[in-house]
Amino acid sequence: MKVLMFGWEFPPHIAGGLGTACEGIVKGLAHNGVETLFVMPSASGDEDQSATTILNASDVAVANVSETVDEFINKVKFFYVDSNLVPYVDPEEYFDAIEKMRRESSTQTTVGFGQKFKFSGKYGANLMEEVARYAQVGGTIAMQHKDEFDLIHAHDWLTYLAGIAAKELTGKPLVVHVHATSYDRGDEKHMDSRVLEIEKRGMMAADRVVTVSYLTRNIVINKYGIDPAKVVTVHNAVDFSGRENISVERGVRDKVVTFLGRITFQKGPEYFIEAAAKVLKRTKNVRFVMAGSGDMMNRAIRQVARLGISDRFHFTGFLRGQEVQEMFALSDVYIMPSVSEPFGISPLEAMRSNVPSIISYQSGAAEVLKYALKVDFWDVDAMADDIYALLSYPALADFATKQGFDEVNELKWNGATAKLKEVYESILNQ
Amino acid sequence: MKKSICLYFQVHQPARLRLYRFFDIGKDSHYYDDYTDRTILKRIAQKCYLPMNKILLDAIKKQKGKFKVAFSITGTTLEQFDRYAPEVIDSFRALAKTGCVEFLCETYYHSLASLASQAEFEHQVLKHKAAIKEYFGVEPKAFRNTELIYSDSIGAQVHEMGFDTILTEGARHIMGWKSPDYVYNNDFKPEQKVLLRDYALSDDIAFRFSNRDWNEWPLTAEKFVGWMEAKEGEVFNLFMDYETFGEHQSAESGLFDFMAALPAIALGSGFEFQTPSEVAATHDSVGDISIPQPVSWADEERDVTAWLGNELQQESFNKLYSLQEKLSILDDATLWADYGRLQASDHLYYMCTKFFSDGEIHQRFNPYNTPYEAFINYMNVLSDFIIRVNNAIAEKQ
Repeated sequence: MKVLMFGWEFPPHIAGGLGTACEGIVKGLAHNGVETLFVMPSASGDEDQSATTILNASDVAVANVSETVDEFINKVKFFYVDSNLVPYVDPEEYFDAIEKMRRESSTQTTVGFGQKFKFSGKYGANLMEEVARYAQVGGTIAMQHKDEFDLIHAHDWLTYLAGIAAKELTGKPLVVHVHATSYDRGDEKHMDSRVLEIEKRGMMAADRVVTVSYLTRNIVINKYGIDPAKVVTVHNAVDFSGRENISVERGVRDKVVTFLGRITFQKGPEYFIEAAAKVLKRTKNVRFVMAGSGDMMNRAIRQVARLGISDRFHFTGFLRGQEVQEMFALSDVYIMPSVSEPFGISPLEAMRSNVPSIISYQSGAAEVLKYALKVDFWDVDAMADDIYALLSYPALADFATKQGFDEVNELKWNGATAKLKEVYESILNQ
Repeated sequence: MKKSICLYFQVHQPARLRLYRFFDIGKDSHYYDDYTDRTILKRIAQKCYLPMNKILLDAIKKQKGKFKVAFSITGTTLEQFDRYAPEVIDSFRALAKTGCVEFLCETYYHSLASLASQAEFEHQVLKHKAAIKEYFGVEPKAFRNTELIYSDSIGAQVHEMGFDTILTEGARHIMGWKSPDYVYNNDFKPEQKVLLRDYALSDDIAFRFSNRDWNEWPLTAEKFVGWMEAKEGEVFNLFMDYETFGEHQSAESGLFDFMAALPAIALGSGFEFQTPSEVAATHDSVGDISIPQPVSWADEERDVTAWLGNELQQESFNKLYSLQEKLSILDDATLWADYGRLQASDHLYYMCTKFFSDGEIHQRFNPYNTPYEAFINYMNVLSDFIIRVNNAIAEKQ
C-alpha cells in the first residue's frame, strides 16, 4: 500500500508539534508496511528520508494546465486572499513560529519563479496565499505521481486544499487528519472564518476524517457537522527512541511543580496559578514554575503578584532545546490544566522523564493516560489537592511515576499507525 | 539681603542585576552585572563626572570661594568609583578641599527604606554618613532622601537623626499657593528647615536645555539669571541629577559652557551662591509646610508611584522588607550588602508601568524591555536571597 501524504513541515526544521507527529506517522507506517510519498511546501534536504520519500513542492513546476486543473484553480481562487491581509496563524504554533522567525529574521515572501513557487513553509504574513498555491502544486504532484499511490492523506487545514485538489484530479480517496481545530484555538467570535471554511471543506470532501482524540472527534461531529460514521480516532503517540533522561543538579531544596507550554487562554494558566496559591497556604516547601511565553504571560505575572506568591512562583520565559529536558529533570510534578487540548504531548514527555503528571479531562491525552491524575480544568480545589498529595505522599508519587513511565513507553507510533492502516484498508476495501 | 542660588547635584549609579534565571536559584548567588556597571560608570566618568568637576573647581577658584555647590553621592556609587574609576573620587576630594562644596547625607543604597522600616532607614543613613566622613573628611549636616522623598513624618525621623536641614520637591501641587523659593520648616519639628526644589528653573536646565522645540531655546546664562532676577523669592533651589551634564544632555548642547558662565554672571547680578546648610543657617523660615503624604521629585505626579504604583512593585517591595526581622538577628556582612543593594529604588523603577506620560525618561535608563521582565528577574534574585537568609537563620539556631 502506498500513500501520498501532504504535510506542512517535517523535522528537523519544525515550529511546532505537527512536524514531529508526521515523522512519527510515516515511520510507523513504514514499520507496518505502508509506503509514503511525503509532500511539504519547503523541504531543506536534511530531513530523514529513511521511512518516506520527501517531495519538495518548491521544486515542482505546475504542469500544463488542463481544463480540469483550470476549473479547479478557479475553485481554489475562491480562497485566494490578498497577502496584505492580516494572516491567520495557527496558534498551535504561533508563538514558537514567531519566536523562530524573529531569530532567523527570515523573509516570508513567496516568489513565483516562472511556474515554480518558492514556498516559505512557515506561518507568515502570506500564509493563506501559500495554502492556496500549495493546493495547485499539490494537484500537479498528484497527477505526476498518480500511478504511485493508493490514497491521499492530508494533515491539518494547511494541507486540506492540496488534498482536495489531489483527490479531484486523480479520483483517489482522501483521508484528512485533524490535529487541532479552530475551536481549540479560541472562542467562536475570534475565529478566522477562512480557516473554518477550509477545515469544513476538507472534512466534507474526505472519505475518512482521522482525529487525534475522542474530544476532537466530538468537535468534528458536533461543530463541523460531519457524519460520525466516517470520523475515526487514532490517538497520538510519541517517539522516545534514542532519548536518555538527563540529570540536573538542583539549586532549590523545595519540590517543584511545573507548567510548560504556551501561556495562552487555551492552556489554562490562570487555573494553575490559583491552585498554586491554595497549595502555598497549606505548605511552604514547594515552588511553582511557569515555563514558556505567550499572550497571557503578563496577565499571569500580575495575577501572581496580586496573590503575593511571587517568591514561590517563577517564570522562566521561552525554553529552547535542552532547557526543556532540564526543566523536566528539575520537576516533581507536571501539570497541564488545558481548557481545550486536542491531544497534548507534553505530559507524555514529563512522565517519560519520571515526573508524575496532573492533566485536565479537557485534553485528548486524558483519554489514553491511565496513570496521570485527572481533574477538570476549572476545578482548582481538586488541582490543589492533587498537587498537595503528589508532594506529600511519596507512595502516590512513586506509583504514578513508575506506572506512568511504563505507560508512555507503550504509546508507540507503531501501534497508532497500525490503526491508521486499518482505516486505509477500510476505505480501499469499500 | 542678597538672593541666593543653591545648587545641589545627585550622583547615583545602582548595582544592576544580571540576567538571573530560575535555574540559577540556589546555585549562584552573584546577582550583579559587573560588566555593565563598569562600562556605564567609566563612560559617565569621562562624559560627565570628570569634565564637570573640573568646570566647578575652576569656577570656585576663579570666584575665590564665592561659588558653591552641594553633592549627594550614594554609597553604591562610591563603591563603584573605588573599583572602576578612582580618579573620580580624587576629583571630588579636590572639590571638598575648597570648602565650597557641601556633601549631603542620604540612604547609602539609594533605597526606599524610609517608606518601609524605620530601623533600616536609620541604619542606611548612618552608614552613608560614615562613608562620607571617610571619603571626604566632612560630616554631613543636611539631608536629602532618595528621590527627594519627603513627608512630615519622614522629616521628623531625619530630624531625630540629627539633621536640621532637609531637601525636597517644591512642585506646584505640593506647594499650592506657596512659592518654593523661600525657606520653610517641618510641620512636626519646627527646628528643621525644609528646602524646596524650584521645579521650573531646575527642569529648564535638567530637561529642557537641549530641546529645540522649546520656545526659550537656546538658553543662555544671562537669560537664566534674568529670570531669577525677575522672580520673587529669597533662594532658588536648583536640584538635579549630576548626570544631566554630559549624559542626559550632551556636551554638544552647550550645557557645560552654560554652567561655566553661570557663576560669574549670577554673582555680577548680585546673587550669592549658598550650600543647603548655609541657606538654612542664614534664612528664617517663612512658615510651616505640611506634607502628610510622601512626595518625590519623580514624574508628573511627584509622588511615590514611580516605585510603588503597581502590584508588581508592591509585591517585590513587601517581599523584600518582610526579611527585615530575620536579617536583624544576622551579622553576615555579605548578606547585609546584598540586602542593601536589592533595596536600590532603581529595581522598582524598572517595573514601572506608567509608560504613557513619563515613559521616555523611564525607558532611557531601563535595562529591561518590559516591566514584567524586570519583575521576573528581580524576584528570581530575591528568591535566592531569601533561601540564603533562611539558611543563615537555620545555621544560627
